[in-house]
Amino acid sequence: MMWAELWDLIETPVWITAKIIAIIVPLMLAVAYLTFAERKIIGYMQVRIGPNRVGPRGWLQPIADTVKLLMKEVIVPTNANTFLFVIAPMLAIAPALAAWAVIPFTDKLVLADINAGLLYVLAVTSLGVYGVIIAGWATNSKYAMLGALRSAAQIVAYEIAMGFALVGVLMAGGSLNLREIVLAQQGSILHWFWLPLLPLFLVYFISGVAETNRAPFDVAEGESEIVAGFHVEYSGMAFAIFFLAEYANMILIATLTALMFAGGWLSPLEGIPVLGAIPVLGSPGIFWLLAKISFFLFFFLWFRATFPRYRYDQIMRLGWKVFIPITIVWLVVEGLAIMAGIGPWFD
Amino acid sequence: MDFERFVFYVFAIILIYAAGRVITVRNPVHAALHLVLAFFTCAGLWLLLEAEFLAITLVLVYVGAVMVLFLFVVMMLDINTSPLREGFIRYLPVGLVVASLMLLEMFLVVGARNFGAQSVAIPERHGADYSNTRELGNVLYTDYVYPFEIAAVILLVAIVAAIALTMRKRPETRYQDPSRQVSVQPEDRIRIVKMPAEREQS
Repeated sequence: MMWAELWDLIETPVWITAKIIAIIVPLMLAVAYLTFAERKIIGYMQVRIGPNRVGPRGWLQPIADTVKLLMKEVIVPTNANTFLFVIAPMLAIAPALAAWAVIPFTDKLVLADINAGLLYVLAVTSLGVYGVIIAGWATNSKYAMLGALRSAAQIVAYEIAMGFALVGVLMAGGSLNLREIVLAQQGSILHWFWLPLLPLFLVYFISGVAETNRAPFDVAEGESEIVAGFHVEYSGMAFAIFFLAEYANMILIATLTALMFAGGWLSPLEGIPVLGAIPVLGSPGIFWLLAKISFFLFFFLWFRATFPRYRYDQIMRLGWKVFIPITIVWLVVEGLAIMAGIGPWFD
Repeated sequence: MDFERFVFYVFAIILIYAAGRVITVRNPVHAALHLVLAFFTCAGLWLLLEAEFLAITLVLVYVGAVMVLFLFVVMMLDINTSPLREGFIRYLPVGLVVASLMLLEMFLVVGARNFGAQSVAIPERHGADYSNTRELGNVLYTDYVYPFEIAAVILLVAIVAAIALTMRKRPETRYQDPSRQVSVQPEDRIRIVKMPAEREQS
């Protein structure tokens, strides 16, 4: 009797915890193997083999890296602010994980189906910069400080362009709920928002690369100028957590791009006469979302292998003088298209 | 005590602690970080009031953008805290007068007379399909459309004014013209000179 009452009390928290674990564990595995994929892909692009010693064809390399980092000592510099120094990696990883709460994986599969999902994602991802800033300041080192300042200016600049791109998505989708935004793209591959919102799609994706401090926008680390930027004094697991956050953010940006511009879990074969009737491939499913995420993640790695690092003033120019005007112009165009009811997207 | 009230008290205690630390802590960076914490817990309280749009926007605008720039500035200051405390006794009377005036104003405006349980009806609970964003949008673009537009124009004027005040044309500064940089051809920059070899290779 008493156990039944107790179970009623804790049933919801237990279920939510189970769901959170069901999201976090695959995410962490994906992060581990994204580092492996990055090293392999960039290796092949540079006509090398990449890691191939640990396990069959190097498959256990990320596990070995994790174990190595866990064994290492976390060194706190003498004049660092210990509390902020320790809390900074946590502030970096927490938003990267918290944003996954509202991500829908299929029509039904979502942890929190909230009305303001898109806004929540934007707000939570904007908190990630605190990890970088606090790490840079608490380290009490010139290089780390410079990295933090660069990162702060860059992230604030690109967040505006990103926010405007999302305004375009919510105008087209007519909702802030991510699930409804995906459902609004139903039809065929031409109904997805990448086509009517093409400039916003490109701006969003490039801003996403800048926001995650990835090459060619990785001036916050800039190892050729400021050694490693904000995490120059971090070691062991504290160092690893910054990278966990960076890769989790990459996957998040890829997922959001897939959801908002590439139809999420909808099938690209949908609406095509013969191919659309193929049993599994023609119908929507989580595997389509995963395929699209992998597709966009590949671009992150491709960019890193292809482009040299931007100079800092060029980054600022691109963010403020190119992306923000493009998004504003396209919002006006989109508004006119909605008023005119141009099909098949806005009728 | 139901769970919602428990959450409220947790957030309220953190909010009061953080707000108090903003003005008591010595280090300006720590003060700014406590202000971030105060904003964040305040957003939590607004979520309890079913104002999710305002709560998320508070985090997005103030925590995600304004305080980042604030920290950016504060981190670069090199403030020696001891001279700041020198005039404490001398300025205390003025400070007390200003503080009490502000307290009085706040008491008159947001006191129990205007916002107490007697004068304001208890708001009804909304269902899960209630969208705070939609409600706010409906009100902003119908009933309050003119104040909203006027506020937007005033803010735009403020932006233009701020830029106009700080922008100076400096003739000695050299600017880059990216479109010219992009259109540069190799022939503009280098000249390839063909030369005969100076001596026989042995």
